[in-house]
Amino acid sequence: MCIKPVPDPKQADKMTIDGETGTMIRRDIPFVINPLDRHALEAAVQIRERHGGRVTAVSMAPGDALPVLKESLARGADRLVLLSDRRFAGGDTLATACVIASAVRHLGAFDLVMCGDETTDSGTFQVSAQIAEFLDVPNIMHVDDCRVSPGDGLRLRSRTEEGAFTAEGQFPMVVAVTVDINEPRYVTLMDVLDSESKEVVVLSADDLPLEEPWIGLEGSPTRVLELFEPERKNRAEMLSGTPAEQAEVLADRLRRMGFRNG
Amino acid sequence: MDNRKPESRIWVFAEQRSGQPVDVVFELLAKTRLLAAAPGWKVGALLIGHNVTGTAALLDNRGADEILVADDPALEDYRGGNYLAVVERAVRKHKPDVVLFGATSMGVDLAARLAARLRTGLSGHCVDLELSDRGELTAVIPWPGGDFLGRIVCPRRRPQMATVSPGIFDVPRNVFPKAKILTVDGTLDSDRGFYRIVEKTPEERKPGDLENARVVVVGGYGIGARENWPLVKELASLLGGVAGATRPPVDEGWVTADLMVGQSGRTVHPRLYIGVGVSGHLHHLVGVKGTELKVAVNQDPRAAIFDHCDLGLVGDYREIVPALIAALKKPRAAGDL
Repeated sequence: MCIKPVPDPKQADKMTIDGETGTMIRRDIPFVINPLDRHALEAAVQIRERHGGRVTAVSMAPGDALPVLKESLARGADRLVLLSDRRFAGGDTLATACVIASAVRHLGAFDLVMCGDETTDSGTFQVSAQIAEFLDVPNIMHVDDCRVSPGDGLRLRSRTEEGAFTAEGQFPMVVAVTVDINEPRYVTLMDVLDSESKEVVVLSADDLPLEEPWIGLEGSPTRVLELFEPERKNRAEMLSGTPAEQAEVLADRLRRMGFRNG
Repeated sequence: MDNRKPESRIWVFAEQRSGQPVDVVFELLAKTRLLAAAPGWKVGALLIGHNVTGTAALLDNRGADEILVADDPALEDYRGGNYLAVVERAVRKHKPDVVLFGATSMGVDLAARLAARLRTGLSGHCVDLELSDRGELTAVIPWPGGDFLGRIVCPRRRPQMATVSPGIFDVPRNVFPKAKILTVDGTLDSDRGFYRIVEKTPEERKPGDLENARVVVVGGYGIGARENWPLVKELASLLGGVAGATRPPVDEGWVTADLMVGQSGRTVHPRLYIGVGVSGHLHHLVGVKGTELKVAVNQDPRAAIFDHCDLGLVGDYREIVPALIAALKKPRAAGDL
């Protein structure tokens, strides 16, 4: 299953743009596991508990993310593979998917690649489908129920704008999950202690059979021209007074606009 | 130097559900028409499905020069690989310079996979698009985690691809010229679907609930705990509206993901928006359109939300919201209109 460390979304307010380079500064924001990836990991671990197999957590991240990523072992992954190399840095979704897919291939036969639908620090929803394309296997997104059925089959429910549909697929497959798929387990001290002895593998670009040039910033088809702050045109009229006084003014305004009669 | 081909094409994937094009298709066609105003540009709508002749008619006069239709029984439902194969073949044949998709469940999945198959760039969930004289697409995306936008280009690979958030571009009332209807090959040598659909469950909660609400009250991370959620709901229903959420309450498990308003969730168009404990990230705000009055309640007077709304209340929402509910419930004083 795939996992990504992201700047703690609860502290994203601290991000600023470097005025000179136009790049993002995320000083002092601790990294955490992308929240949705915990659900993907839980789904993978539940399948292993029912049907056997081995869960490998794969992450492309800088080496210093290792302590944060080890949470995946405490949460039930059997091993952690960190893909870490300066050459991977700055990649767009295509370059990210290219590296992760070649690592998945390198690690041997697989039945299922579980991902979160999206990450809080990119929000593109693109990587799971692109990993599947590089692996040349089917994919499905927005999954909130995933069960293994007899004969290497998968029964999945995917939620879209129109509602939900239930689908049957076959291994191998890439499945991207939503927050509704499960409640990630509570991690105990025993889980953490048990995880200490689990296998951690760090791979660089030299360790991977990277057959294509779509790697890192250089190999990314997209380029960020600039980051900019949108015009802040409409500073609010600020009410003053106690909470009750402010509430009274707002209630009055809403009545006059016809939002509440009586 | 103008290095464009004599004729350039910009395509919009004309996503349809049960024969009805989704709104974002009309938004994209109208925007694309404006982008492709220069001579030599053609706007194409790529329609895929089964028995979609009527759907093609709905797409006429909406901004496209050409409607390219792939009609085949195997394209009845979107099942990943079946649509992918048809779009890939059409793109390789006609070589559009730009291919745009709505950032819907289907659009994002199809676009991501197609971009990877063609080894080209894809900008996700764009909120604006620009097209240079040289035919270079610049996509504006809300930069995750901050109050920034980013300009993204795809300098070397073609086609240039983007998914665009629904509800961003206006659909003008004017009628555009008639489009030419062309047939594209929709036949597949084998079943390319990634899965079989065995059951469809239409949304019980109408997906339009939030989208069509005239009042939307959104709770953010500042709500602090699941136990406080009923307060947001009570205010919403008192005002005849619907409660929504930003991302953190969804991540925290206080509410279900279908309530999320913003880039990754729903786009709302209420007359009245009230944000309670909402910090004001663009990821959320791009999902709030066309309000008459936007109100924010936040205990931090410097919160970004106050730069994006009309009326600000500073203080603890656990005091302000109950006081507001009480004030709204109070019978009108005699003489008030």
